[in-house]
Amino acid sequence: MRVDGKGLIDRLKPVRFEFDTIGYGGYSGDTVASALLANGQRLMGRSFKYHRPRGVLTAGSEEPSALVTIGRGSAQEPNVRATMQEIFDGLEVRSQNAWPSLHWDVMAINDLAWPFLGAGFYYKTFMWPPAFWEKLYEPIIRRAAGLGGLSGRSNEDTYEKAYAFCDLLIIGGGPTGLMAALVAGRAGADVILADEDALLGGRLNAETYVIDGENGSDWAAAAVAELRGLENVRLMTRTTVTGAYDQGTYAALERVTGHRAPPGRGAPLETFWRIVAKHAILAAGALERPVAFANNDRPGIMTAGAVRTYLNRYGVSPGQSVAVFGNNDDAHRTALDLVEAGVEVAGLIDSRPDAQIPGADFPVYAGAVVTGSAGRRGLQGVTVQGPRGAFRIDADCLAMSGGWNPTVHLTCHMNGRPTWREDIASFVPTPDSIPGLKAAGACNGTFGTSECFAAGYDAARTVLKELKRKAPRVDLPVGSDTDGGFGITPLWAVPGKGRAWLDFQNDVTVKDIKQAATENFRSVEHMKRYTTQGMATDQGKNSNVAALAVLADATGRGIPETGTTTFRPPYAPVAIAAMGAGGQGDGFAPQRFTTSHQVSVAMGAPMIEAGLWYRPSYFPKAGETTWRQSCDREVAYVRETVGVCDVSTLGKIDIQGPDAGAFLDFVYTNTFSTLKTGRVRYGLMLREDGHVMDDGTTARLADQHFVMTTTTAAAGNVMRHLEFVHQVLRPDLDVRFMSVTEQWAQFAVAGPRSRELLNEILDTPIDNDTWPFMACGDVTVAGVAGRLFRISFSGEHAYEIAVPARYGESLFELLVKRAESLSGGAYGMEALNVLRIEKGHITHAEIHGRTTAFDIGFARMISTKKDCIGQTMAARDGLVNPGRERLVGMKPVGAVKELTAGAHVFEKDASAIRVNDQGYVTSVAFSPTLGHFVGLGFVKRGPERFGEVMRVVDHLRDLETEVEICDPVFFDPEGGRTRG
Amino acid sequence: MRLTCPLCGARDRREFYYQGDAVAMTRPAPDAGADAWDDYVHLRDNPAGQTRDLWHHEGGCGAWVVVTRNTVTHEVLSVTLAETEARAAR
Repeated sequence: MRVDGKGLIDRLKPVRFEFDTIGYGGYSGDTVASALLANGQRLMGRSFKYHRPRGVLTAGSEEPSALVTIGRGSAQEPNVRATMQEIFDGLEVRSQNAWPSLHWDVMAINDLAWPFLGAGFYYKTFMWPPAFWEKLYEPIIRRAAGLGGLSGRSNEDTYEKAYAFCDLLIIGGGPTGLMAALVAGRAGADVILADEDALLGGRLNAETYVIDGENGSDWAAAAVAELRGLENVRLMTRTTVTGAYDQGTYAALERVTGHRAPPGRGAPLETFWRIVAKHAILAAGALERPVAFANNDRPGIMTAGAVRTYLNRYGVSPGQSVAVFGNNDDAHRTALDLVEAGVEVAGLIDSRPDAQIPGADFPVYAGAVVTGSAGRRGLQGVTVQGPRGAFRIDADCLAMSGGWNPTVHLTCHMNGRPTWREDIASFVPTPDSIPGLKAAGACNGTFGTSECFAAGYDAARTVLKELKRKAPRVDLPVGSDTDGGFGITPLWAVPGKGRAWLDFQNDVTVKDIKQAATENFRSVEHMKRYTTQGMATDQGKNSNVAALAVLADATGRGIPETGTTTFRPPYAPVAIAAMGAGGQGDGFAPQRFTTSHQVSVAMGAPMIEAGLWYRPSYFPKAGETTWRQSCDREVAYVRETVGVCDVSTLGKIDIQGPDAGAFLDFVYTNTFSTLKTGRVRYGLMLREDGHVMDDGTTARLADQHFVMTTTTAAAGNVMRHLEFVHQVLRPDLDVRFMSVTEQWAQFAVAGPRSRELLNEILDTPIDNDTWPFMACGDVTVAGVAGRLFRISFSGEHAYEIAVPARYGESLFELLVKRAESLSGGAYGMEALNVLRIEKGHITHAEIHGRTTAFDIGFARMISTKKDCIGQTMAARDGLVNPGRERLVGMKPVGAVKELTAGAHVFEKDASAIRVNDQGYVTSVAFSPTLGHFVGLGFVKRGPERFGEVMRVVDHLRDLETEVEICDPVFFDPEGGRTRG
Repeated sequence: MRLTCPLCGARDRREFYYQGDAVAMTRPAPDAGADAWDDYVHLRDNPAGQTRDLWHHEGGCGAWVVVTRNTVTHEVLSVTLAETEARAAR
């Protein structure tokens, strides 16, 4: 119910929203949880395993129970914490894990079967037969147990990622964080203050503290106003710092638009931040822990601090008649605040026999504990065991407090373990667990507001000193509350019958922990995994400490010896979509386009990926219905007239300097220092371990000027390798090089009529004497300076012509038009591949990293007159053994005419099993030139077996072909056509 | 993680390519024998503690750098130009 005169909500701005299709009213500043409680709706969800009715336990991001689904269709968002979701007009909220309705949930039958569903139940019950697990057990369990569901549609929400840098990151905007920000901000430091709440102030907005004579929330608002006026301070609200990483790097999730009506396309729902901070202050506060007693999970039972938050911040009393149960003085504040607001307090139950609360006008039961609760879908009363016997108190809300756990999480993200402090019965951060991060205030076990101000000031001053900035003088404000550990006497679980809940989100009880200990899962890590304690989306924020206290008790150890489980990022759930923002669809990888891309697309060519590049697969013509028809036609262009193909994606590296030749001699197996100017040579490059790294041609344009080409796939690797060789192994060589792949557009012009075509466009015609095979040099094309290389990948009389990239598109169009007038045209990757397989030319399908120069028949290309990368290791016996799998050609000779790459080779009469494996097929193509399939592959003793008939079996595609092993060069083995 | 490139300054780890142990800098002579080459190409220590690795500032200036760091604490102790070390060693 709403309480007059309380709260920081804007009562002039009413808001309408829906929960399970029923309309509710609230005010601007409300969360779904506070607005539902204001309307008397305590039931908000069903529990994970037993489908028990649940309401809110907390008022913050640690909420385990009140998880809801918001939005519809592809915008559906499951497992949203009702305590964090701000309401806005038109917000649709639905309950989850309940059928047919939240009120009547069929699966609540699980709750009656609870004696059989305890810890280890799945492991013990669904063991046999193994085949039943996947088909029967798992689907049933998945349907019964669960949280919210996904929409099943593609996520259309926008997410963003962003980066920030600062001198000081302050995590948490309560009294400690605000004071630290004021001090560091006034000193001029570059400060980011991040808080997961929409409203800065932390507990100052949730308590009735008086700071220097004014309301705590007013003090916070004034501090925020000052910080907003400082240019060097960035305030990041609705931003949860989720992880601490190396070198002052922090991850943070900002909820950008989820709190308001859809703002239109483009604005992100959430932004995932990486914040790099020279220093950080953790001022994350503390989380209150519940007390375990029988049926402590009914809607209406929540932490005492949450009751105060709903009352003081949202002007909502979670009940008409509220009972308070605690083991510390802080719980008393709840009763006092309620009375002051005019809410009936049914009684204060304090487990400490000596508890006193002066001037209380409500029943106080010292030395008493709550042993049980009543009310199926909402609390109706609690049973109390006092020193003089048991009795019942009628109440529709119970505020409970087992003490406060400092939020140590971030300090443990780099393997740190927290330290147990007996006096406050809590873990506190171990100093210096994260380099550069200091914990201060409640997260460090300092609970009084005045003391928190002082801690924030001290932390900021220490940072400013390290930043070599002067800390300003500050008169520290004084808070009305005092510190002193609020006189806690630990109370983890009230003994008695019935299920006492620890982990509300995963439905783990005190009995489950004890059972784990009985079954010898005594390590806290084993207990966690056996019971699933702390493994839900809240990561046990409310329950882990109590659970390990129960385990410590059950195993006869102390809490420090029992220890904690490992804290890992993220602190609060982060959608994968936010972490991977920008990585969906086209954002998955950069796209590289050649200069002929648009023209190729306009010609109807399907584009295929080659690394990051996009290249045309083939250029379809009217009447062609399959890719093979287009491909065969394009092969015929090159074999019979002339074809044009964009080869700009091959790596091009410009190499210059007096030692350029010597450098190439060292990276290539063969010699380049002897290459004549104006000539091109094929080169083979090895890795240092003796296997082939890459191949390509290198042209000598001038005495000290070479241009190397690499394969498309290995261009980056080769560039990196050359830098390594030069900088690390041969810094003595005077040579410079750089990648010019994108600076030059380069086109293959191949076929018997290639020179005829070129002479139509070159300013100075060429002939066989001036440009013989493997010649290169400068040319001009329509006045544009370019380069011409007479090299051939197709085995035909062919050239590659290069012009600066800005002329690429027009040259491609010109070449294609001229080729078409000579009965040729453009060809794509499919035809290029067929042409090279017909000639037995290798690509990375063959030099895949496990093949040697010996394997591909190039052993003699390793010069013995000089040292080169890979030379020594390539000579190892195992790498030159004739029994190795070596390059061969294959052609079908049986009834089956098809070949597939990836198939394996077996002897003709051997069965097709692994031990009989003789090799494999790497590349296949239908050769329109020869009229049958041709394949390249590797076979043991390959060249010795030419003429042998073998089995090629593709187990995956269920295809078997009888082949004859042959020379890999199928077409024009003498190479006469190349020389044209 | 960030590395301070001696030429460019502090840069995000994503700008760098990781190669492996800096033993790759000390290439044996061609006739050093099988054991020396096996050590150079294949054998690597895997210490819990200080290591020297080669990284390439591929998304930056193209420099190869020697990074001394601690595999336990993730502390980066120094970043130097590999070329400077290689010249000094010659």
